[in-house]
Amino acid sequence: MLAAIEVRDLTVAYRDRPVLWDVDLSVPNGVLMAIVGPNGAGKTTLIKAILNLVTPSAGHVHIFGKPYASIKSIVGYVPQRGSVDWDFPANVLDVVLMGLYGRLGWIRRPGRTERAQAMEALEMAGIRHLAHRQISQLSGGQQQRVFLARALVQDATVYLMDEPFQGVDATTERAIIALLRDLRLGGKTVVAVHHDLQTVPDYFDEVLLLNVRRIACGPVPAVFTQENLGLTYGGRVAFLER
Amino acid sequence: MTSFQLEIQLVAVIVAGACALPGCFLVLRNMAMMSDAISHAILPGLVLAFFVTESLSSPLLLAGGAAVGVGTVALVELLRRTHLVREDAAIGLAFPAFFSVGVILIARYAGDVHLDTDAVLLGELALVPFDRWIAFGYDLGPQALYSMSMVGVLSALFVFLFYKELKLATFDAALAATLGFMPMLMHYALMALVSVTAVAAFDAVGSILVVALMVGPPAAAHLLTDRLDRMILIAIVLGIASAVSGYWFAHALDVSIAGSMAVAVGVAFLVAFLFAPARGLVAAHRRRAHQRWQFALKMLTIHLAQHEHRPDAFEECHVDHLQDHLRWDSGFAGEVVRQARQAGLVNLESSQLVLTAAGRHLAREAIVRD
Repeated sequence: MLAAIEVRDLTVAYRDRPVLWDVDLSVPNGVLMAIVGPNGAGKTTLIKAILNLVTPSAGHVHIFGKPYASIKSIVGYVPQRGSVDWDFPANVLDVVLMGLYGRLGWIRRPGRTERAQAMEALEMAGIRHLAHRQISQLSGGQQQRVFLARALVQDATVYLMDEPFQGVDATTERAIIALLRDLRLGGKTVVAVHHDLQTVPDYFDEVLLLNVRRIACGPVPAVFTQENLGLTYGGRVAFLER
Repeated sequence: MTSFQLEIQLVAVIVAGACALPGCFLVLRNMAMMSDAISHAILPGLVLAFFVTESLSSPLLLAGGAAVGVGTVALVELLRRTHLVREDAAIGLAFPAFFSVGVILIARYAGDVHLDTDAVLLGELALVPFDRWIAFGYDLGPQALYSMSMVGVLSALFVFLFYKELKLATFDAALAATLGFMPMLMHYALMALVSVTAVAAFDAVGSILVVALMVGPPAAAHLLTDRLDRMILIAIVLGIASAVSGYWFAHALDVSIAGSMAVAVGVAFLVAFLFAPARGLVAAHRRRAHQRWQFALKMLTIHLAQHEHRPDAFEECHVDHLQDHLRWDSGFAGEVVRQARQAGLVNLESSQLVLTAAGRHLAREAIVRD
C-alpha cells in the first residue's frame, strides 16, 4: 500500500551544521506515529521540512506518492503552541475558522457554513463553550485544544503535530489522545512530536527515534527498545530499566 | 473656520486614517519600528525621483519612495538572516544610512528647492493649501488631498480584500504557508503599502508624524478591544481624533501642527494605557486589589472551616487572634472580617467568628478547586 508520508534522504543544514542528516521515513496510512528524540534532534525541523516550511539541502518528500506542493490541502499542521502570539486580537472561533481559509481560497470570507463547521470542531475538541473567549484568556491546555480544533476543521488526511501534549494537564492529555484515536478510526494518519517516553507504547502505533540521523523507525513493540533509546539519547535513559 | 483650515484638517484626517490601516498589522507583527525605518529611508528615493522629474508632485516620487522603502525592508531581512545582527540592530543600521544619503543629496544638490531637512522630519501642514491642483482654470483643491486620498483608498481596498489573508499571515505565518497563502508575499505587499503611505504623507506631515500615526492609534486600539476588525476601526477613529484635536491645539498655541498632532496621539495612547476597561493600568490594579481581598476572604473561611468544632476552636476562631494565625496586621484583619460579614460568609458571636453556610461552601470550593 502507498505510504501516507514517504521521506527519502532528507538533509537539512544551517550552513555547515546538519540538523537532519539523510533521514528516511515511511509512515503507513492510518497510524499514529510518534517522533521521539532529545533536544536539538531535529524533530521540529523534520516536520517543517515535510511541510516545506524550511528548505531541505537534499531529499524528497512524497505524500501518497505525490510531491507535497501538489497535495498541500490534505496535510494538516498543528504548530507548537508557543509559536504564535496569543495576545492577538481574536477569539477562539476566529482561530478555528483559520483552518478553513485554505478551502475558501483567496479573498472569500468565511460565512455561516464555515462558522457551523468550526463550532462542530470545537465540540469535538470539547471547548464549544469557549468559542467566544478571547484567546489571551486561555490556559495552555485550552490553547492546545484550539489548535487541534483548527486542524480538525481542515479535514486533512495526514496530520503533522508539533508537541500536542506540551504543557497540558492530565485531563487534556486524555482528551487529546482520545481525539487522535478518533482520527485514526476515521482512517487519518497522525505524526506527532512527543516528549514523554513513558506514554509512547500506550499512545502510538509506530515510533521514529531521531537524533539528527534516523536511529530507528517502525512499530512500537519492535523498535522502542532499550538499545535503540540508548542510541538515541546517548545512554541516558534510565526509566525503562525497571 | 476658513477653507484653508478645513483643507489642512481634511488632509490630516486622511493621513491619519491611511496610516492606521497598515499600522495595525505592523503593531500586531511586532514590527512597529519598521514604520520608523521606512518613513526615514524613503528620503533618498524621493530625492532621486525629484531629480529625474524636477517636480514634487509626480507619481514617480511615490514609486521611487516605495521602491526604496521595500528595499530597506529587504536589506533588514538580509542582514537579519546572516544571524550576525539581530533584527532591531539591522533596522537601526539600515535606515539612518538611507536617510543620511537623502539628507546629503538635498544639502548638496537641492539647496534651493522646497525640500529642506526640517520639513522632512516634521513636514509643513500649514503649507498644504498652497500647493493646489489647478486644471482647466478650475481650482480643484490642494494636491496633497488627492495623493493622500488615493493612497488611503488603496490601503482600505488592500486591507478589505485581503483581510483574511493578512490576519492569518500575522497570527500564524507557518499555517498561512501550509495553506498556500504565501505569507512572504503578504509581508512585502504590506511593506510596500507602508512605504507608499509614508511617501504620500511625508511631504505634508513629515516622517515623525507618520511614525506616530502608524504606531500610536493601533497600539492604543489594541488595548481597547479583543477583535481585529474593531481594533482597525478604533485605530482609525483615534488617529482622526488626534489629528483634529492636534490641529486646534496647534492653532490655539500657535505651534507646529504636526508636532501637536503627534502629542495628541501620545495623549490618546496614554489615556488608553491607563483607563482601558480590561487591559489598562487602572483596571489591572483594581483587579489585583480585588483578587487580594477575594483571596483573603477565602483564607479566612478555610481557616475557620478547619478549626470549627475542634478543641482549639475558641482560640483559633477568636476575632482578635487572626493576626497571629494568618499573619495579617490588625487593620487588614479587621477589614477582612468586615467584608466577610458583609458578604454573609461569617457571623460574629461574642468575639467568635462562626462560618455561615455560604462561608462553609466557599471554603470547601476553594479547597477542592486548588
